[in-house]
Amino acid sequence: MTVNGNKPKFAMYWAASCGGCEIAVLNIHEKILDVDANFDVVFWPVAMDAKYKDVEAMEDGSILLTLFNGGIRNDENEHIAKLLRRKSKILVAFGSCANEGCIPGLANLSDSREIVSTAFNTISTDNPKQIYPMISYDVPEGEIHIPKILPVLKTLDQVVDVDYYMPGCPPESHQIAAVIDLVVQVLQGKAELPPKGTVIGAGNSTVCDECKRARNIKMVKSFKRIWGVEVDPELCLLEQGIPCNGIATRSGCNARCPTAGAQCIGCYGPAEGVIDYGARLISAFASVIDSNDPEEIDRILDGIVDPTGQFYRFNLAGSLLKAGKPAWEKA
Amino acid sequence: MEKIGVYVCHCGTNIAGTVDVQEVAEWAAARLKHRGVVVGREYKFMCSSLGQELIEKDIKELGLTRVVVAACSPHLHENTFRTACKRAGLNPYLCELVSIREQVSWVHTDKDMATAKAMAVVSGGVERVLHHEALEPLKVSIHPDTLVVGGGIAGIQAALEIADAGYKVYLVEREPSIGGHMAQFDKTFPTLDCAACILTPKMVQAGTHPNIELLTWSEVEKVDGYVGNFSVTIRKKSRYVKTDLCTGCGICWEKCPKKVVDDVFEAGMGTRKAIYTPFAQAVPRYPVIDRANCTYYIKGTCKACEKFCPTSAIDFNQEDEIITVNVGNIVLATGYETFDAHRMAQYGYGRLPNVLTSIEFERMCNASGPTNGEILLRDGKSKPKAVGIVHCVGSRDKNYNEYCSVICCMQGLKFAHLVHERTGAEVYNFYIDMRTPFKGYEEFYQRVLEEGTHFIRGKVAEINDAPRTPEEQGKLIAQVEDTLVGVQMRIPLDMVILSVALEPRHDAKETAKRFGLSCSADGWFIEKHPKLDPVATMTEGILIAGCVQGPKDIPASVAQGAAAAARALGKIHAKEIALEPVRASVIEEKCSGCRICNGLCPFNAISFHEERMVTEINAALCQGCGTCVAACPAGAITGTGFSNEQIFAQIEGLLLLNVGEEPVPA
Ligand SMILES: Cc1cc2nc3c(=O)[nH]c(=O)nc-3n(C[C@H](O)[C@H](O)[C@H](O)COP(=O)(O)OP(=O)(O)OC[C@H]3O[C@@H](n4cnc5c(N)ncnc54)[C@H](O)[C@@H]3O)c2cc1C
Ligand code: SF4
Ligand code: SF4
Ligand code: SF4
Ligand code: SF4
Repeated sequence: MTVNGNKPKFAMYWAASCGGCEIAVLNIHEKILDVDANFDVVFWPVAMDAKYKDVEAMEDGSILLTLFNGGIRNDENEHIAKLLRRKSKILVAFGSCANEGCIPGLANLSDSREIVSTAFNTISTDNPKQIYPMISYDVPEGEIHIPKILPVLKTLDQVVDVDYYMPGCPPESHQIAAVIDLVVQVLQGKAELPPKGTVIGAGNSTVCDECKRARNIKMVKSFKRIWGVEVDPELCLLEQGIPCNGIATRSGCNARCPTAGAQCIGCYGPAEGVIDYGARLISAFASVIDSNDPEEIDRILDGIVDPTGQFYRFNLAGSLLKAGKPAWEKA
Repeated sequence: MEKIGVYVCHCGTNIAGTVDVQEVAEWAAARLKHRGVVVGREYKFMCSSLGQELIEKDIKELGLTRVVVAACSPHLHENTFRTACKRAGLNPYLCELVSIREQVSWVHTDKDMATAKAMAVVSGGVERVLHHEALEPLKVSIHPDTLVVGGGIAGIQAALEIADAGYKVYLVEREPSIGGHMAQFDKTFPTLDCAACILTPKMVQAGTHPNIELLTWSEVEKVDGYVGNFSVTIRKKSRYVKTDLCTGCGICWEKCPKKVVDDVFEAGMGTRKAIYTPFAQAVPRYPVIDRANCTYYIKGTCKACEKFCPTSAIDFNQEDEIITVNVGNIVLATGYETFDAHRMAQYGYGRLPNVLTSIEFERMCNASGPTNGEILLRDGKSKPKAVGIVHCVGSRDKNYNEYCSVICCMQGLKFAHLVHERTGAEVYNFYIDMRTPFKGYEEFYQRVLEEGTHFIRGKVAEINDAPRTPEEQGKLIAQVEDTLVGVQMRIPLDMVILSVALEPRHDAKETAKRFGLSCSADGWFIEKHPKLDPVATMTEGILIAGCVQGPKDIPASVAQGAAAAARALGKIHAKEIALEPVRASVIEEKCSGCRICNGLCPFNAISFHEERMVTEINAALCQGCGTCVAACPAGAITGTGFSNEQIFAQIEGLLLLNVGEEPVPA
């Protein structure tokens, strides 16, 4: 990691995402100064002005570290992902969208026409002339383009090779700070990078590992939505019938939600080595249902009113299924 | 690179009739070559010694490092091929058996499609075997003592065989005496030996055998451990009698003023006292006090038994005793119960006094039973002039039990003979099909036919007491269609005997759970293999014998008792057993202590360490069923031989994602 007098280059980019990841990076407080002290920030659209053509002009591999957040929703996202891959030594899938699709990935249940029509033609949209976006349009100055929406949202590693994965929606600031620390130490020759493909800035177990709630052998007689019950502050939420995803979700957040009294919704993604997060959760939930009567079991399962949201809220695009059938069919 | 041999079995025409085995073998050799397949062969019977030698030879000469056999189900021959590999010096767990019989040839008719599917299955096997690891079996020692649960004829036989071979047996029986159902009978088909004459000597032998510790009036509460090393908690219910002082003189039950209807041994046909032994030849001879009915426990006074007992053996303050025994093998022989005839209201049982069940009739025939062996109507005086025996009551009937209870035809014939012999009455056997398949049975049927019994083939629709003609006055009427003649008949009778079905014990499911076994939907305990391994179960070290496995007669129950004993003895002699290394284990760093898996293991192999908040699996107890592996949301449990990598690789293989290019024809 030679520096040659120049500071190593840093980039951060957002594709299809909400912007929370960027805020989380800024939220590391004075640590952000370490970034500035140790890196030359060459491209970070949310923080500074930069042009794609400037990046295109850079030498391949000249950026040391790129934090890429957001899923690949349109051809612009795809283009920049490929571009930054070429230009970067270390490409990090940063945050849930880049890792596993996150909320934008839920759109994979619908095909792209449905998505566009939902955005431009619902009760809440004032669009009397039924104006829809067009990919290209002729104006006196010439032809202009907007990015083309892709049939399904893809995760970063479904499009380019990824070096490290940093989960979370968004990644916790203390984890970001720790990762920055690590990279700085590597630069100073005091530490070594983990093997390629490693999940960084997170734990190796699941949220339950960091959760302080007491637990017993689980026997669930009903699933309840959290607003409908008085929550026991000490006891495992799942044992109270509140569908907590902590059992399957990678640790690293210090069990924020269950500690605050809300169920884990799974933003840190699957545990190490797990290929399909939702499938794991489904079989775990099914295993602790305390009944052998098929009708009662059906009734208990009716307590999970939105199975996709429960089991795949963050992981649909990154799951084994990747998308619902309609999204594939009418590409 | 691994060197894989692929062997495709014809299984005679079983597979080769539907799958082009030669094409599959050639395809594997060509198209999976880049995955390591160095040889693809087909053979008529891979499991034959010649088939196995084929594999052994290739391992030695071609240096195979993995083997895939495409044949029948692993249940049947996995061990055969593993052993073949072992003989040739290859770790047996580097062999994968994929089923192209049960899962391909037997379920398809289109040869092209079946052949294509067989290729996919082979390809899955090849991908999977690449992830196999060389494993060593787990060795555990075998405790030489054995537990037998249930002291019917099957359990007695098993206990005696093991004890005679010189090893200690604990024989647990929940009733006050051993003997089971057989002790209730008078005569036994087909030879008409007196049940007591052949059973009592065995009971006495069991009761006095130096190697048998009888634990009657006792029940197993808990079973921990695994094959070779079970630790069993037994509750010895208090008899309120000190067995070290009691001589079985019988003065107590003679003096006890409280008569109780005996619903168990006498099937409600007779009475006993509040302090009792169920029957005269009971083993052991010590009585028990039936606390619910004892005057002293109800009113606070009486103690007649205590006053008269010459050895001061009565102890009203005795408490249940809990003991723990360590054993290496367990034989379950808890037998059966009979169908509740009230459930078939059309036969009037419970409403019409002279409608009896077969067990009640057995007691009536028994010389030491309530009528001293006389066949009498409920008035206690008159002999019946016409008796009907209804077969299949609660058996072979979609509304109750679909299975055949096996013994009822012969028991119906036995009853016909006894009625003839003792009353000279006309006897009608109402049967659906007559089933007399074993040694001496058909001959017995002929004998009963010749005695003049009427056989009417048809299911009795109804037994009623509503006469239509003067001859029917005061009689029971059996309404039945004789299906051989095709006519409806009304047959006036004095007595009707219902041959009730054999059913699993009412608590069979709990017993099965306690011992880590499974029951069929009917409730009979499931054997390891219905033909080839009828006394073993899926849980190593736990054997089953007698009617607990399904309805059967005494000879079969005895044979199973002896077979189970031989199995146990084999293990005891070997002193050590090698267990399948296919086990689950917890990767501790990944376990979050969520406890999802904690209640799931059917073999109680999972325990939780509260202090460290992690789960642990006892490798000797685990049977590798995979339940917990599938349930763990953290992916912290992995199954040897069933790792995620293996399964995903197999799926990719099945989807033919691994197949190489068509080789250019030479
Ligand atoms: C009416 C009738 C007539 C028959 N006549 C004949 C005949 O003539 N010839 C013939 O070959 N067969 C006959 N049979 C069949 C015969 O009864 C059985 O084949 C035989 O009794 C089966 O023996 P077993 O030991 O398996 O079961 P059982 O005799 O039922 O013995 C099981 C024992 O286990 C005990 N037990 C149950 N649960 C537990 C527990 N949880 N813990 C401890 N102990 C427990 C019971 O108390 C019992 O002592 C007849 C059956 C019936 C119903
Ligand atoms: S509350 Fe949620 S995170 Fe905490 S132990 Fe229970 S399931 Fe796990
Ligand atoms: S106390 Fe009386 S009633 Fe009870 S067993 Fe003894 S004699 Fe019978
Ligand atoms: S695989 Fe798991 S559930 Fe199955 S026997 Fe082993 S420990 Fe028990
Ligand atoms: S389910 Fe998995 S993570 Fe949870 S306690 Fe069991 S082994 Fe540990």
